[in-house]
Amino acid sequence: MGSKLDFSVLSRGEYPQWIWHGVLTMFELTLAAWLFAMALGMVLAVVRMADSRVAKAFVASYVEYHQNVPMLVQVFLWYFGMPALLPHAAQQWLNAHNSEFLLAFISIGLCMAAYVSEGLRGGIRSIPKSQLEAARAIGLSYLQASRLVLIPQALRIALPTLVSHTVLLFKNTSLAMTIGVAELTYATREIESQSFKTVEIYLLSTVIYLGISLLIMTAGAGLESRYRIRTR
Amino acid sequence: MDSILSILREYGVLLLVGQYPNGPLGGLTITLVLSVLGLVLAFPLGVAIALARISPLGWLRMPAAAVIYVVRGVPLLMFIFWVYFFVPVLTGRTVSGFTTMVITLVIYQAAYLAEIVRAGIQGLPHGQTEAARAVGLSYTQTMTKVVLPQALYNMVPALVSQFVSTIKETSLGYVISVNEVTFAANQINSSLMTQPFQVYFILAAIYFCLCFSLTRLARFLERRINARREGTFRPATSPALAATGPIASEHAA
Repeated sequence: MGSKLDFSVLSRGEYPQWIWHGVLTMFELTLAAWLFAMALGMVLAVVRMADSRVAKAFVASYVEYHQNVPMLVQVFLWYFGMPALLPHAAQQWLNAHNSEFLLAFISIGLCMAAYVSEGLRGGIRSIPKSQLEAARAIGLSYLQASRLVLIPQALRIALPTLVSHTVLLFKNTSLAMTIGVAELTYATREIESQSFKTVEIYLLSTVIYLGISLLIMTAGAGLESRYRIRTR
Repeated sequence: MDSILSILREYGVLLLVGQYPNGPLGGLTITLVLSVLGLVLAFPLGVAIALARISPLGWLRMPAAAVIYVVRGVPLLMFIFWVYFFVPVLTGRTVSGFTTMVITLVIYQAAYLAEIVRAGIQGLPHGQTEAARAVGLSYTQTMTKVVLPQALYNMVPALVSQFVSTIKETSLGYVISVNEVTFAANQINSSLMTQPFQVYFILAAIYFCLCFSLTRLARFLERRINARREGTFRPATSPALAATGPIASEHAA
C-alpha cells in the first residue's frame, strides 16, 4: 500500500452514479423496512398483551424464530425459498416487480418487527398495571387504552432500545447485497472489482455508513432527552 | 415433509461436518468452531477495551470509545471485506476465509463485549470500589480482585446471549466462501435446484435449535443469578441487568 490515496478515480465514468444509486437504494430499503417493522412490532406487542393464550403463544414463537435465526438465512428463505411455493403467475409478477428489493424489504422488516415488539414489550411491562385498569375504569376500550395510555408511555421507555434497533436495521440492509439488491455495499463491491481502488471506495462507503449511524444515534439521544418522563 | 427428510438423509452429513473426512471440515462444526474462537479470543480484548473506556486516563478512554462507535456504526459485512482485503496486504501472505472470519469476529465482538463488561462493572454498587480502595488496594488490585470477578459473574447470561449473536454472525462467512453451515446449504441448494424452500427451511431449523436452546440457557442463568443477588444486596440488582440486556440483544446479524 505504498501509493497515495486517489479519490479522483471515484468521480470518473459511471462510479458517482453507482454510489448515488447505492446510497438511495440503501435509504429506501431502510425507510421501508423501518416503517414496516415499527408498525408490525407495535401490533405484535399489543397482541401479546391481550388475554388470549393462543395470541400470546403465536407472538412468542414469532419473536423466538426471528431472533434465533440469522437474518441472512431469513433473507435467503424469503428470496430463494418462498417464491418456489407461490403459483407461477405470482412468481412472474414478483420477477417483473424488482423481487430482490421487495423480498429484502419483507424479510428485514419481519425480522426487525420481532425486535421492536420485544423492545416495546419491555416498555409496556414497566408501566404499572394500574394504568391500564384506570384507563379501562374511565370507560376506554382495550384498544383505546393501548393507543392512548399504554403505547405513548411504553414508547418513551423503549426509546433507547428502539434507537439501537434502528441502527441495527440500517446496518443490516447491507445483507440485501447477497441477493443482488444494488445498495451501497453492492455498489462498493462492483466499483472495487472494476477500478481496483480498494481502499478509496471502502473508505468512502464505511464513512457513509458510520456517518449515518452516528446521525441516527445522535438524533435518538436528542429524542430521549426531549421526551424523558419527568419525575419529581 | 418427505422431501425434507430425504434431503436430510442425503445431505445431513454435509450440513454437520462438510466434506470431512474426504475433504476439509465444514458445516455446522465450522460454524461452532468459528463462534467459539471468535468469542473466546475477543473476550480479553473486550475486557481491555472496557477498562480503557472507564479509565480515569483520557488518552485511554478516547480510542476505546472510538473503536466501539465504529463497530456499532458500520455493518459487519463491511468489516469482513476490510479484513478480507487488507489483512493479506498487511501480513504479506494469503489468508484463508476461515482466518478472515475469525479476525473479523474478534474485532466486532470485542467492541460489543466491552460494552457488556462496562455495564457489568458500572452496575456494581460504588461501595465495592470505595471499600476496596479504603482497605488499601491499588486501582489495579481493586479491578482484578474485587470489581471484575463480581462483574464477570453477573455478566454470564449476557455472555451466553452474545454467543448466540456470534453464531448468527458466522453465517455472513458465506459471502467470502467460508464453508460453514450456510455455505453448505447453498451448495446443497445449487446441486438440488428444485427445492430451495426445503433446503433453507432445514438451515433455519438448525440455527433455531442451536440458538433457541442457548437463549433459554441465558434466561435460566439470568433468573438464577438475579435470585442470588436479590438475597445479598437488593438495590444494585436492576441497573446491571437492565444495562446489559438491550446491548446483548442489540445486534442480530
